Formats: sequence, C-alpha cells, structure tokens
Amino acid sequence: MTDIPARAAPSSVSSGSALLTLMKLRTFIALIAVLVFFSIAAPNFLSAANLILMAKHVALNAFLAMGMTFVIITGGIDLSVGSIVGLCGMVAGYLVLNGIDLQIGYTIYFNVVEIALITLAVGIAIGAVNGLLITRLNVAPFIATLGVLYVARGLALLSSDGRTFPNLVGKPELGTTGFGFLGAGRLIGLPVSIWILIVVALGAAYLARYTPLGRHIFAVGGNERAARISGVRVNMVKMFVYMFSGFCAAIVGLIISSELMASHPATGESFELNAIAAAVLGGTSMSGGRGTIGGTIVGAFVIGILSDGLVMMGVSSFWQMVIKGLVIIVAVVVDQAQRRLQQRVTLMQMAKAG
Amino acid sequence: MTTAPSYDVILKLEDVSKVYAGTVAVKQANFEVRKGAVNVLVGENGAGKSTLMKIIAGVEQPTAGRILLDGNEVSFSSSGDAVNRGIGMVFQELNLFGNMTVAENIFATREITNRFRKIDRKAQERRAGEFLDRLEAGIRPDMLVEDLRIGQQQLVEIAKAVSLDARILIMDEPTSALSAAEVEILFKVIADLKAHGVAIVYISHRLEELIRIGDYITVLRDGRITGQEEMRDVDTQWIVRQMIGSDAKDFAKADGHVPGEEVFRAEDICLPRVTGGLAVDHVSLSLRAGEILGIYGLMGAGRSELFDCIMGRHGHASGKIFIDGKQIRERDTTRRIRRGLALIPEDRQREGLVSILSVASNLTLASLSRFVRLFHIRGGAERQAVSQMVRELSIKVADPAQEVSSLSGGNQQKVVIGKALLTGPKVLLMDEPSRGIDVGAKADVFRTMRKLSRDGLGILFATSDLDEVMALSDRIAVMSNGRLTGMFDRAEASEAAIVAASAFGHGPAPHILPQNLESNTDD
Repeated sequence: MTDIPARAAPSSVSSGSALLTLMKLRTFIALIAVLVFFSIAAPNFLSAANLILMAKHVALNAFLAMGMTFVIITGGIDLSVGSIVGLCGMVAGYLVLNGIDLQIGYTIYFNVVEIALITLAVGIAIGAVNGLLITRLNVAPFIATLGVLYVARGLALLSSDGRTFPNLVGKPELGTTGFGFLGAGRLIGLPVSIWILIVVALGAAYLARYTPLGRHIFAVGGNERAARISGVRVNMVKMFVYMFSGFCAAIVGLIISSELMASHPATGESFELNAIAAAVLGGTSMSGGRGTIGGTIVGAFVIGILSDGLVMMGVSSFWQMVIKGLVIIVAVVVDQAQRRLQQRVTLMQMAKAG
Repeated sequence: MTTAPSYDVILKLEDVSKVYAGTVAVKQANFEVRKGAVNVLVGENGAGKSTLMKIIAGVEQPTAGRILLDGNEVSFSSSGDAVNRGIGMVFQELNLFGNMTVAENIFATREITNRFRKIDRKAQERRAGEFLDRLEAGIRPDMLVEDLRIGQQQLVEIAKAVSLDARILIMDEPTSALSAAEVEILFKVIADLKAHGVAIVYISHRLEELIRIGDYITVLRDGRITGQEEMRDVDTQWIVRQMIGSDAKDFAKADGHVPGEEVFRAEDICLPRVTGGLAVDHVSLSLRAGEILGIYGLMGAGRSELFDCIMGRHGHASGKIFIDGKQIRERDTTRRIRRGLALIPEDRQREGLVSILSVASNLTLASLSRFVRLFHIRGGAERQAVSQMVRELSIKVADPAQEVSSLSGGNQQKVVIGKALLTGPKVLLMDEPSRGIDVGAKADVFRTMRKLSRDGLGILFATSDLDEVMALSDRIAVMSNGRLTGMFDRAEASEAAIVAASAFGHGPAPHILPQNLESNTDD
C-alpha cells in the first residue's frame, strides 16, 4: 500500500484523508478488533499456549494465501492449492513409509531432508503444470487450475487407494526418523512452522518490493499488453507465480502430515477458498495489479482468529460460516468504497494544486 | 453577431456547467445549435467538447444551467430521452457490436419486429441497405461488423445515427478513419441532411474540413467557450488563436544536423493477416542515425503492424531487421529491446502504461535491469534516473510515486516516452506520438524528438497527420494497404504526392471494388 501524501490541506480534504487512512488500515483494525473482542469474550483466549496454537492454524492458510496473492496480482487464480496440499502430504507419507522401489529388488529410502525437498519439488512441478497450461496452451487460469485440482486430488487418493498413511515415525535404521520436527518442533520458543512462515513471508515481501520479478508481477497484472511491450517476459512471470503457489502448498502439505504424523488423501479440501478469502481480505484486488504480502498475512490472521475464537466461544460451525462470509463481503465493499474515496481525494488534491 | 434569418436556433445551452469530482469540465457554456446548418465545435483534447456533446445527447447531465429545445426547457435523464426528442450522436469511440451484423447494429435497441415480437431480419436489412446506399459505402447489411475495416465501421456508425431521423445530429470526429473519397461522400450526406433542415453539430480536429463545411463555429478552451462566430467571418489563424491562445503550431524547427550512418534497416517485412492477405506487405526501409523518418498513412494502412513486426510482437511475421548493420535474430520483444529497439505504442492506455502503478514504476518498467545489483533493485539509482527523466521531459508531476493515471494525457505520453528512452535505444519507433495530447505537450514531444535525433537516435514515427509528417520528417515514407507506396525526401515532398500515395490501392471510389478486394483492406 502506498502512503498518501500527508500535506496540510483544508478540512474537507484532510477529513477525507483521515477516513482514507482508516480504510486503508481496515484489515489491521479488524485484526485488533477480533483480538480485543475474543480476549474479552473467550476465556483463555490470550494465554500464550492458545495464541501459539492459533498461530499454527493461521500459518497453514497464510502460506497458501501468499502464493495465491502473487497469482491474483498477475490477474490469475489458483484453485489447485488445496489438492496440492493433499497430494504433497501423500508423497511425503509414501516416501517415509515405503521409499522408492526400484523394481530390481532394491528400495531407496530418503532421509527426512531429502523427503522434504522432493515433496517441495513435486509442489513446484504441479505449479509448473498450471503455468504451462496457462501460458503455452492458453487455458484460462480458472479452468486450468480447476482441472489440476481434480487431477491432483485423484492422484492423492490413488496413491493409497484412499487410505491414510499412518504412523510416520520412520525407522532409525533407514534414516527416516524425525519427520515430526516440522509440525511439532520448536526453536527459541516458537513452533518451527511459524519460523518457516516468517522466513517465507519476508522473502515474498522482499521479492514483491525490491526485485525486478516482483515489479513485473504487478506490471503483468496491471496491464499485460503494456508489460509485454516493455519487454517483460510475461510467460516467465506467470510460470513463477504458479510455481511459487505450488511451493507454498507443498510446505503446507509437509507441515500437516508432520503435525498429524499421518497423511490423509483428503487433506486440504477447500483450502483454496480460505486462501483466496485471506488474500482478498488483505486488500488484493481480484482484477489484478494490487495486493501486498503483509496485507494477506493480516487477512489470514483475521480469518483464522475469527474461526478459532468463535469455536472457543462455542458458536456453532454453521454460524461461523455465515459470519466468515459476511466478513469477506464487508471487506470487499469497504475496499471499493476506499477506491472511490481515494479517487475523490486525489482529484481534490489535484484541483487544489492547480 | 450577425445571424442569417434562415437559420433558426433549435437548441440552446444556457450557462451550462459540468463538474466531475474535483474537476470542472465545462464552465458556464452558452451554445446555440442552428437548424439546417453545420455547427462546428473545435478545441484541443480535454477542452470539454465531448462532455458538452454528451450533455446534449443526454449521456451526461449538466451540473448547472438550462437546456432549451425549441425554446422550451428540457432535461434528458438518458440518451434514450434525447433520441426520443430527435437528437442523435455519432460517438468518437465506435459503439458497435463486432459480433453482430451491420443491420443488427443499426437497429440495436430499435429492432423492427413483427406482430409476435420476432425480429424482422429482412426488413431490417432492407432499411439498413437504404441508409448504407446513401453513404455509398459498399457495405452489405448482413456483414459482420468485425469483418469491416475501421473506416467502414465508422460509416456504419454514421448510418446508424442517420437512421434515427434526428433533427439534431452530433458527429464527434466522424472522419478520423475515413479515406479522402469517403470523406467526400460523408460531406455530400451532410449537405443533404442540411437541406432537409437537420441541425448538425460537427466536431473535428481537421481545420481544413471545418472551414469547408462549417456554417457556424464555436471554440472551446479549458471548458470555456472562447469564440462563437459565423464561419465566413473567420480564418484558420483566428481558430487557432481561440483554441490555444496563441498563433502557431509549434513543430520545433529542424536544426540542420546531418544524419549519420545507417543505424537500422528492415528488409522484406511481411505479416500475414488472419483473414488472408498481408497486413504488412514486403516492406523494406532503412534509417540513419539522427534521422527522423515519418511514415504517413491512413488508419489501417499497416503502420502499427509494421512497428509490431519490428518489435517482434508477431511470431509469424517474416523478414529481416538490422541494427548497425548486424542482423537481429532475436525474435522476442524482450531481447529486441536489449538490442536497441524501443516502441512508443499508439494506444497509451492499453499498451503504453500500467495505469495503476506509479509514475516511477512505469518509467523504469522496461529498464529495471539497469538498476539491479544481483537481484536487488537499488532504490537510489532508480529514483535518480526517474527524477532525471522527469526533468528532461518536463513531466508535470508532484511526486513520482503518484499513480500514472492521475496525470494528464500529455504527461502520460511523456512517461511512455521516458520509459522507452531509459532502455537506451538506438532506434525509437513512435506510433502516433501526438495522439490525444494537448498542444503544449505536443510541442514538448516534438522538441524531444528533435533533440533525440540531434543526439544520434534514429526515429521512425507513424502518423496520419499530414502537417506533422511534413514538418518533422527528414524523409517521408507512405504506406497504404500494408505496402510502402512512396518514399520522399523532405525537399521533394509535396502534400499532393503524399496524399496520392496514401490512397494507393484504395481507389477513388471504394464502393465499386469487388467484394473480395474490399475485404483485403480490413484493418
């Protein structure tokens, strides 16, 4: 988000500016509001244990939402992330339990680091498939990723015949132990998954702001033709955002399997919708060109805290859905109002300036 | 003001103002439209002409002031209201449905139906044919609009307005895409309408046209009416003075520097058209360092397509291009930019700018690699380049972090030029660089072109403005129907020869061409 110039201006402009600042900070205000509300309404809400637990929940959605943010900024959509989560979890589980059978009497077992890397590669590869469908075969992003959603989910189910890979503790003699570290481990008091989130989020935010690739992502979403004529490699940019989205989904798949010490093929169903919701709540424009990683993270926290808080208050899950839907709609309505107000304020400032 | 008694005022605007959020588009305008006359309206882009016309046509409602039709105060809440009162308008942007036939377009929202509310296609096509015949356009009513070239589409738009049987007909730049022959036919139609007592409001940038067909002239500047006269009392000088407040068109004088070695050459560029034929037809040309080569042609002549081929925007184009004598084998835009080509596209909004990004981001979009260490954009270096470009091109912007869409058209165009220049090009392709910008910004753009050519840049610029091409070019190439039909040194170029070359292949009367030839002239 850009700052509005805080020049001294007569009352009407400054009141508009003040309102505008408030609207721009709306997601942050919403975050504080839900925190304050639940700390009063729900007992134990503010306990350290509960906050960390919620953060772990939120992290899962935040990863997906970050990948989704880049995709949406380029003007696309990635519906396949939930399925990628499921499939990557199954890949990791399969490798821990079975390794790769070479068909010649030998089976290769990988250590946990290798398994993680392979799983991430699978996520990136599925993202690349999305990207290729969209850039080379000109399939609309919605359709391409919808197709991949089904294919990936189907493959996840096929990998185990629909069963769960249980008990992923691994065997010390095969070097496959330690898979639980991602989901249950802690570093300096924080869960590992939170640390990973911090690292990926900082990296993504840096990418968006300070690298040519980041600039190009915004340019492609703002005006693809102009970007192309300016020499932006539009197809490469699109490939990247879908691969990054697949990468984020693979991380989530790993973390969930690790937390549960089991891989279930239905994991991640409808996660894509939560990711889209978080991105939109954080100010990402579905028409492309606008959005920030910071906003998306805050959006993910609002949604996550809202649902966890409502659970703690004992609100029925049916009502939770209604409330979540309303929050998303209100967020977009406020977003539109902000755009209009922004234009008005800009025009007024221009009129004042000359 | 002397008023001939035969011309009755049919429509009158009194102290009409239109205020958009923050800007005043029209300020207390008093405007009279006379029956049986061509009421001409001129002014620079952004002077408020289109807003004023939209008020008359009911598309926009005035913030203040009265509209009197036949002496009675009226207010139009929609364009439908205005149409019912006999006011029709030919819009500047073509308002046609490409996926429908000509007849369906002409009768859109006024479909001719039978008793069962079923559209009577035959009757529509017959009626449409009558209007089209009047325009001698050679367009069949059952043709799809998207298969017509732009000029023909404009004729359909005109036929649609004429078919309204309007008492007042507003034409906003009706000739911008028409060939000379088509303009003649349009003028005959206008004379005919005039004779039937229709009041015509005619907007155009082409002063020759206005002086020829206008009866009354009204000049707008910055939303104010600065002059209203009978046409026979005024001359070009007067119009220009009222429009811009001073006399001359400022083309920036040539400084007499001599072009250097050949910097760019295109050989045998061809671009097949989807519908068959060639959009760019075996075009070869060469350009020297420090030379400005103007490419003149009508809309659809293939100028923009030639530029697109040179920039590598069409994978299926053929031909060779050379920079500094070395062939460019790279086929994609990204690498051609790196080799020293840069394009300033014709359509600023759609192809030139990312309107939701800042001025700074737009300026450096094509040249980010210059400011990058490893993968990090060095903010300082970028800001420095941006502020230098803002200064050099005198872009009027308070803060380069402002969104580029908040700038005026002229300043936006400068941003597009600045973006191209930051890539350090050897050859600059400018497609209609002065389109849609005000006179002051035009002069700036022309001065910049002169300066760049002095610095040794080769400039290819495409235009459909004869004055512009004559005043700015060292050499003039003329294109028609995708072919290069003329190449003149400035010393030997005459307007007549250029116009003749630009009409080559169009024929004096396009309507008698066989249909298959006609379709070859598609845009």
